[in-house]
Amino acid sequence: MRVGVITFPGTLDDVDAARAVQYAGGEAVKLWHADHDLKDVDAVIVPGGFSYGDYLRCGAIARFAPVMQEVIDAARKGMPVLGICNGFQILCEAHLLPGALIRNHKLHFVCRDQWLKVENNATAWTSRYDQGAEILVPLKSGEGGYQADQSTLDELEGEGRVVFRYVGENPNGSRNDIAGITSANGRIVGLMPHPEHAIDALTGPTDDGLGMFLSLVDAVVTA
Amino acid sequence: MVKTDTVKNAESTPDQDQPYKELGLKDDEYARIKDILGRRPTDAELAMYSVMWSEHCSYKSSKVHLKYFSDTTTDEMRSKMLAGIGENAGVVDIGDGWAITFKAESHNHPSYVEPYQGAATGVGGIVRDILAMGARPLAVMDPLRFGPADAPDTRRVLPGIVAGVGGYGNCLGLPNIGGEVVFDATYAGNPLVNALCVGAMRVEDLHLAHASGTGNKVILFGARTGLDGIGGVSVLASETFDDSAGKRKKLPSVQVGDPFTEKVLIECCLELFAERIVVGIQDLGGAGLACATSELASAGDGGMHVYLDRVPLRASGMTPAEILSSESQERMCAVVRPEDLDAFMAVCAKWDVIATEIGEVTEGDRLVITWHDEVVLDVPPRTVAHEGPVYNRPIERPADQDALQADTPDALAKPADDELLPLIKTMAASPNLASKRWVTQQYDRYVRGGTVLAQPADSGMIRIDESTNRGVALSTDCNGRYTKLDPYAGAQLALAEAYRNVATTGATPVAVTNCLNFGSPEDPAVMWQFEQAVKGLADGCVELGIPVTGGNVSFYNQTGSTAILPTPVVGVLGVIDDVRRRVPTGIGAEAGETLLLLGETREEFGGSEWAHVVHGHLGGLPPKVDLAREKLLGEVLVAGSRDGMLSAAHDLSEGGLAQALVETCLIGEVGARVFLEGEKFTELFSESTARVLVAVPRTEELRFTDMCTARGLPWRKVGVVDPESDALEIQDLGQLPLAELREAWEGTLPALFD
Repeated sequence: MRVGVITFPGTLDDVDAARAVQYAGGEAVKLWHADHDLKDVDAVIVPGGFSYGDYLRCGAIARFAPVMQEVIDAARKGMPVLGICNGFQILCEAHLLPGALIRNHKLHFVCRDQWLKVENNATAWTSRYDQGAEILVPLKSGEGGYQADQSTLDELEGEGRVVFRYVGENPNGSRNDIAGITSANGRIVGLMPHPEHAIDALTGPTDDGLGMFLSLVDAVVTA
Repeated sequence: MVKTDTVKNAESTPDQDQPYKELGLKDDEYARIKDILGRRPTDAELAMYSVMWSEHCSYKSSKVHLKYFSDTTTDEMRSKMLAGIGENAGVVDIGDGWAITFKAESHNHPSYVEPYQGAATGVGGIVRDILAMGARPLAVMDPLRFGPADAPDTRRVLPGIVAGVGGYGNCLGLPNIGGEVVFDATYAGNPLVNALCVGAMRVEDLHLAHASGTGNKVILFGARTGLDGIGGVSVLASETFDDSAGKRKKLPSVQVGDPFTEKVLIECCLELFAERIVVGIQDLGGAGLACATSELASAGDGGMHVYLDRVPLRASGMTPAEILSSESQERMCAVVRPEDLDAFMAVCAKWDVIATEIGEVTEGDRLVITWHDEVVLDVPPRTVAHEGPVYNRPIERPADQDALQADTPDALAKPADDELLPLIKTMAASPNLASKRWVTQQYDRYVRGGTVLAQPADSGMIRIDESTNRGVALSTDCNGRYTKLDPYAGAQLALAEAYRNVATTGATPVAVTNCLNFGSPEDPAVMWQFEQAVKGLADGCVELGIPVTGGNVSFYNQTGSTAILPTPVVGVLGVIDDVRRRVPTGIGAEAGETLLLLGETREEFGGSEWAHVVHGHLGGLPPKVDLAREKLLGEVLVAGSRDGMLSAAHDLSEGGLAQALVETCLIGEVGARVFLEGEKFTELFSESTARVLVAVPRTEELRFTDMCTARGLPWRKVGVVDPESDALEIQDLGQLPLAELREAWEGTLPALFD
């Protein structure tokens, strides 16, 4: 199974996302921002970092990259897509997911091990978790506050499209403690915390994040 | 536009007044430049010599002392060194075909003027140093020093510096794995921002800066050159340049960083290295192109011709002198064979990096720079880069040193037994001992997925090889208070602590770097501190058998006539063949652990955190140095880790056993029961060195203590870990609930800076 991992100039966590795919038994395929080509992958990960420096609004430039046009088309046809951190911001900017991410409420970059509650285990990326399970993964971002208007929030909550919620003190001012959401078809997931940094307790707080990549393998293989 | 000062013009106007004093050059230094050139220098030449002969670039006050490091390094110590002092950074062979390069640098003065950008560009500069060795930068660490935590200016300086370190490093994608945050009144007008970077490469990929091969091309790549940071290294404002150019621009001497450009530059360089199309490479840091061209040229076997008008600019009307001394960030200079030029440019184009052929390696031994076909600079490059002035500055032991040492802490009022528990809390909450989480949680420690240990662990540890799990550990340390009391011993204590921190996590110390922060070299008392510290550090390295592979000197750290505490920050690199056996700081990982204190405790309070916090006292002598014991302790710790006998370990330093217990309990999130022997206050708060608190699974206890006994390392059982307990209990004194301790330890910095 081939999982594309996009590298924009300024992408940082692409090596980590690729490693996570390999840990889960998939083949990580490098996708370059300037290419109009998804190289026959079965799924795509838009990893974390500071695409094009993010000197404008985070992800605002990356959504226009040639490779993102391909991702948008494929996602609309049902390809599983995961956006992590900057990737989540890019998916929001590309309107594959609703809402936006703004500066943390305390205005500082926050790097910490964060408990999350799995609110929806029916997506392509979360089937390996028990509904309501709590997992510990790193959060590291300066602009991670999830914002959306009330009707969008009501829709997300009503349709069970909040996938992860922060447990305990809200680290960045996200509305409804939202850490991650999914598309209506459950194929596209975006989240601010970093499951790819929690695939091995040697280098992460836990291996709780590996479940997302194993879930994807299940989703693609059974599809 | 004012007419450009060419060599021809300089020859015809020998007596023209030049602003050499404003550029930081002394009368005799200016005379020597004229002597070297046989005429007055041009504006461009004067700019180049003044920045390159500055203290920052030439090490003119420290050179005679730094020689002691190489003089004392034996062949055996040197056996693992692939490059040492004099290169951009030291390089060490760590086995499995891997070479590690690491170095620290100061960015103190810019960070006081403009905390965010000063700190940010400090990170950027050291990362390029590592990149210029041919290595992939892998992690950074930041030893920081500030004025009193509650001083109003610290509220200005600290948040800015921390945000700058984080803002740059996070965006660059390098994990920040450690460092220090220390508060002392002497840093109030002169904070210290030191930045360390570590990188790795395959041994065969080592790149040294040189420009051999006539006809080879000189390429400038990365950011455009602007008016930022002009003359930043030579302690001057850009007044003279402004006058000559007709009152246009006035930019601050602190550079502005662009971490995105640097990230792209890193990936671009690594791709260039991988394609083996780089003959020599040099980063542009302090003194910009002046430094890069003169160093590249003098390290090669020919001369160099640079066409300065080809340099891509981001400001209009820049003069040759300005272009040469600009410190615009995120630039590199490479030497490339003509046949590889197209391939080089293709890689740069892929990464959208601007690359310009600005010159070539020539026959002969002159560095010639032209500006629109007119020669504006024609110098022997070695006279710029390596043959600058050398000073043997006067040295004198301070008159009040004896009085300082005689003012021992013996007379200070000691707490009664019933005051000890509250004191543990007071100490844990004091700014120097309090949790630095407020700072470190602004740094990404996870990126790249190789971080095995990071703050608050004793050392930062990263995995280098994913297939073999080989890794390195790093710690930086310095106690300026100890160094003030005895600079020779203080430098050795810094070395000892960094060495111990590395060993505590299970790694074997192999090499040393330093960042020597001192006051004015023109003050004989400061020069005495410096000389003593260098000797102490070098002699200490001989005793431990590990070499100093590089370093940095920062002078003029003072406010008025008051120098900072002498602060020779020492970084120790350790190697661990399998990072999976790293020893964490927090207890409670195994069911049933015994707490053992390794080493000996004496009544040593000179320069201690207790004397500072409770009495505001600094006097007497620092704790006794015992490097032979440190070495033995290190061997025992590594053996304990190798044989799986240790479940946690934490070094004892500032705040003594009490602080070590607080931290191991809070980090491990479990309680412990502790029993003290002898005088309780000394047991808890003495800062005797060569001590480590270890947690040993009960099944390994006998095996481990037998090993200590057999090797002659004193040990004592001091308690047990109690997974059921949520308190630190000290026999005969009572209990401290962990929640209370956590509030004390973690509450201080947020209360001051949120």
